[in-house]
Amino acid sequence: MPKDSGIGASSKRREDIRFLTGSGNYTDDINIRGQAHVYFLRSDVAHGTLKGIDTSAAEAMDGVVRIFTGADFEAVGGMPCGWQVTDRHGQPMLEPKHPILAHGKVRHVGEPIAAVVADTLEQARDAAEALVVDIDELPAVIDMKEAVRDGATKVHDDIASNLCYDWGFVEENKDAVNKAFEEAAHVTTLELVNNRLVANPMEPRVAVGDYARGTDEHTLYTTSQNPHVIRLLMGAFVLGIPEHKLRVVAPDVGGGFGTKIFHYQEEAFCTFAAKACNRAVKWTSSRSEAFLSDAHGRDHVTKIELALDKDNNFAALRTDTYANMGAYLSTFAPSVPTWLHGTLMAGNYKTPLIYVNVKAVFTNTVPVDAYRGAGRPEATYQLERLVDKAAHELGVDPIALRRQNFITEFPYATPVAVEYDTGDYHATMDKLEEMADIAGFAARRRESEAKGKLRGFGVNCYIEACGIAPSNLVGQLGARAGLYESATVRVNATGGLVVMTGSHSHGQGHETSFAQVVAEMIGIDENMVEIVHGDTARGPMGMGTYGSRSIAVGGSAMVRATEKIIAKAKKIASHLLEASESDIELKDGAFSVAGTDKSVAWGDVTLAAYVPHNYPLDDIEPGLEETAFYDPSNFTYPSGAYACEVELDPETGHVSIERFSAADDFGNIINPMIVTGQVHGGLAQGIGQALLENCVYDAEGQLLSASYMDYAMPRASDLPFYDVDHSCQTPCTHNPLGVKGCGEAGAIGSPPAVVNAVLDAMRSGGKNVSHIDMPVTPSRVWAAMNG
Amino acid sequence: MYNFEIEKPATIADAVKALGRDEAQPLSGGQTLIPTLKARLAAPSVLVSLHGIDEMKGVCLDDDGRLCIGGATIHSVVAKEAQAHYPALAGLAARIGDPAVRNRGTIGGSVANNDPSACYPAAVLASGATVVTNKREIAADDYFQGMFATALEEGEIVTEVKFPIPQSAHYEKHIQPASRFPLVAAFVAKYADGVRVAITGASEDGVFRWTEAEEMLSNSFAADGLKGLTVDGSGMISDLHGSGEYRAHLVGVMTRRAVAAMGG
Ligand SMILES: Cc1cc2nc3c(=O)[nH]c(=O)nc-3n(C[C@H](O)[C@H](O)[C@H](O)COP(=O)(O)OP(=O)(O)OC[C@H]3O[C@@H](n4cnc5c(N)ncnc54)[C@H](O)[C@@H]3O)c2cc1C
Repeated sequence: MPKDSGIGASSKRREDIRFLTGSGNYTDDINIRGQAHVYFLRSDVAHGTLKGIDTSAAEAMDGVVRIFTGADFEAVGGMPCGWQVTDRHGQPMLEPKHPILAHGKVRHVGEPIAAVVADTLEQARDAAEALVVDIDELPAVIDMKEAVRDGATKVHDDIASNLCYDWGFVEENKDAVNKAFEEAAHVTTLELVNNRLVANPMEPRVAVGDYARGTDEHTLYTTSQNPHVIRLLMGAFVLGIPEHKLRVVAPDVGGGFGTKIFHYQEEAFCTFAAKACNRAVKWTSSRSEAFLSDAHGRDHVTKIELALDKDNNFAALRTDTYANMGAYLSTFAPSVPTWLHGTLMAGNYKTPLIYVNVKAVFTNTVPVDAYRGAGRPEATYQLERLVDKAAHELGVDPIALRRQNFITEFPYATPVAVEYDTGDYHATMDKLEEMADIAGFAARRRESEAKGKLRGFGVNCYIEACGIAPSNLVGQLGARAGLYESATVRVNATGGLVVMTGSHSHGQGHETSFAQVVAEMIGIDENMVEIVHGDTARGPMGMGTYGSRSIAVGGSAMVRATEKIIAKAKKIASHLLEASESDIELKDGAFSVAGTDKSVAWGDVTLAAYVPHNYPLDDIEPGLEETAFYDPSNFTYPSGAYACEVELDPETGHVSIERFSAADDFGNIINPMIVTGQVHGGLAQGIGQALLENCVYDAEGQLLSASYMDYAMPRASDLPFYDVDHSCQTPCTHNPLGVKGCGEAGAIGSPPAVVNAVLDAMRSGGKNVSHIDMPVTPSRVWAAMNG
Repeated sequence: MYNFEIEKPATIADAVKALGRDEAQPLSGGQTLIPTLKARLAAPSVLVSLHGIDEMKGVCLDDDGRLCIGGATIHSVVAKEAQAHYPALAGLAARIGDPAVRNRGTIGGSVANNDPSACYPAAVLASGATVVTNKREIAADDYFQGMFATALEEGEIVTEVKFPIPQSAHYEKHIQPASRFPLVAAFVAKYADGVRVAITGASEDGVFRWTEAEEMLSNSFAADGLKGLTVDGSGMISDLHGSGEYRAHLVGVMTRRAVAAMGG
């Protein structure tokens, strides 16, 4: 019987009422009396020496408040990077300066050069056109392999080269891995590109800086996934504002997908300029600006090899990846191709020896950072394409080859430093085989062929590491932050609760699912619990939402805080009931004495806490409010198996997705409907990457796919009705809810299945194409089949 | 967007007069022009809206049996009202952009703009239609003069397009995945005196007639007959969505499919 409330119930998303009726409060809805507007003049060349900016004509124009250039920020810190990777030789990565406004040089199209603050946006824009910018254009470095050649033009003159780091993982395993390749019965090699993407959240980025002169207090309203992190990074590293004088608010946020994790120049600018102009300053990104200034995602070029023994057991895996950093290091960029990617290369398989090499490269392009899945989709794509290729080379069934090599015993320590706590990969594969109706495929293929089409079937497995992460571990790996989460549970006198969480919801439905957890723990109605997030002045601390960590880490903190509440409430109840504390039971919102009919309602206990007339004041304080910080002891490891069935038009190369099945293991599930929605959205983005989305630069560093005229977003008609299941559940063993996280799975798990299916369709048409790069557009399919 | 003045004439005559003003430009559905203005890529000082000119709106048959569509008629009206007379044309209009675009964008704007990937120019050319302006009537074969280039003179407005109705016709398009404009589309129209084939999306010279295909189809109206016929990829658009060679290939595929859909 499905539950109708609490953990496991598909409670309707309460936040949708305001989102769908136009009563949300997004950053762009925030307008402060007397605010000015900023327009950023952005570089239209990819690389050049910035010789000067003449602002005189612009300054004289109507409505102009002040014009800022790089020189105004000399006394201020640059944009910080939150993760330092150590290379193969024990050296720290190269970390170039990242100015708020370009200084000395411009390094990518879209880099802000000057900021015009004016009474209205149109005035700011008019004045920006009157700025005279003197740039000596330099050759641009766009291709990663070109960028690391000797003598290549350098993106940054003050660091040694364009090679940010050359990372080897696990360096000590390298020789053993190479030896295993020499001894292998079969080696499968694959070269592939993980295409660059633009995140494209529905709401573009917005920042409003405000300053109160009387109290010297700064406020930044921003479209962020982690306002506390922005407060720390911007306050401590950029502007030198102590946290108690800086409030960061991220109200309703219309999608993030990773690109709203990072601290951006525009945020620091608006905060700084509000004080400098003594006036609130607002910036709203246009969609065109978003293409040129939101951190992009993916962009890896990889060679991957698999060594197999004579019985088709995986013996060793070796990869060589070039990862594009863009022109500067975005906040978490260095961690994505390393610790979020290399550690996942074991996948679902018991490959004993793995060596991962990653060269991170600076180019004259927009910075690249985490995008839904961040590193894990790249790992999954390589591995699951490679295993499929191996199966075809060996003439064995791709599912059988996978099953043969599955990890079956848990906990399992991989050769790439992580320990999977639980999982059951055969179970999700069994489920998938049932969902995908493999038996019916041959008939469906015949139907397609009767129409002159080809039909293909592809599968893949995935494993991801979510719930990032144990702070001491990530500290060793180079993180410059802890990755715990916090929650404060405030119980009001009349029994209602407000939970302040450091997780941030930008579409995920936390206000609903988090409330379900607390309501279940106490046994009260979900509507008695309010979830508050996104404001550093309201919540204690927060590391924010990314890496599918909210329920696993933020939810755990909330559980711990609620446990403290319950423990204290029991003390109060035992006093009221004149019974021993150990005999007090909490059930359905009432405290009772075990084995008796004596009980006291939740509301009476909470009232006693705030009106402590009859109260154990000698033992406990009045009030009912508790805070907990939760630092996980391990990552969580969701996993699953996905299948895709495509129909391919051999004349045009057009691929349509006819069926898509996803069998996931997310451990315990709080709200099945929300989980299904998360998987659906992830699949749309994964299929978008596989079939449509591509961020392309020309050799001069101009972005060719700079608008929706050329950047293809997936639309409803590109997607099938998904078949999604999450009944296979191996609960996480180390967090109190047994949850693993589901936000990124769809985006991680779907691209290889799509590409595997396309290649299968081509094979059925007699075209043995061993690989095709994403996005699998009609023109590429046609070229591959006619090449 | 830069500031501009807007005029809203109610007659063609007043529109022509308003267009005589310095740096004036017609505004129809604004589906092309407004984004251009927002990106500050154009700076007309006066916009002359054609939206309120009733004599430029509507779909009707003239005495010669031609389907006449007013220049300010929106795509969604064409989709509905041309259906009974010229279903291939109605179908084309029904599949332009999305509902918002179809409820604003107009045939006059599309034909005046002559985007190399636009849909209407293929129908106009394949139908041997006549483009009517405030000054004259221009045969389709003379009207389209290359990418974004037409026979229109400064201040001249497309008031109507007159389509001879074919015995049968079909529009087959393969979309560019991002913009969903045609990557290549073929409009095939069969008349008593021969078959006309117009191709949009493919050529660097904009919409064109595929005369070799027309000859073959006029002799024998069969998709299979076109199998061996190819167009040269060298003059074709080559971009991140497809090479010239791919587009040349699609010209053949789209044309054959259109013919097959017409029963040939
Ligand atoms: C999202 C989107 C998708 C689209 N998809 C398609 C598609 O799939 N296929 C397709 O064919 N089109 C497509 N379009 C274009 C659309 O169909 C419009 O027809 C086209 O933009 C021009 O028509 P308009 O009425 O909007 O003209 P406007 O934007 O108002 O004007 C365009 C140009 O023509 C001039 N002009 C306008 N009317 C006249 C006139 N009567 N006489 C002389 N000059 C005139 C204007 O001065 C301007 O230079 C799409 C547009 C959008 C925004």
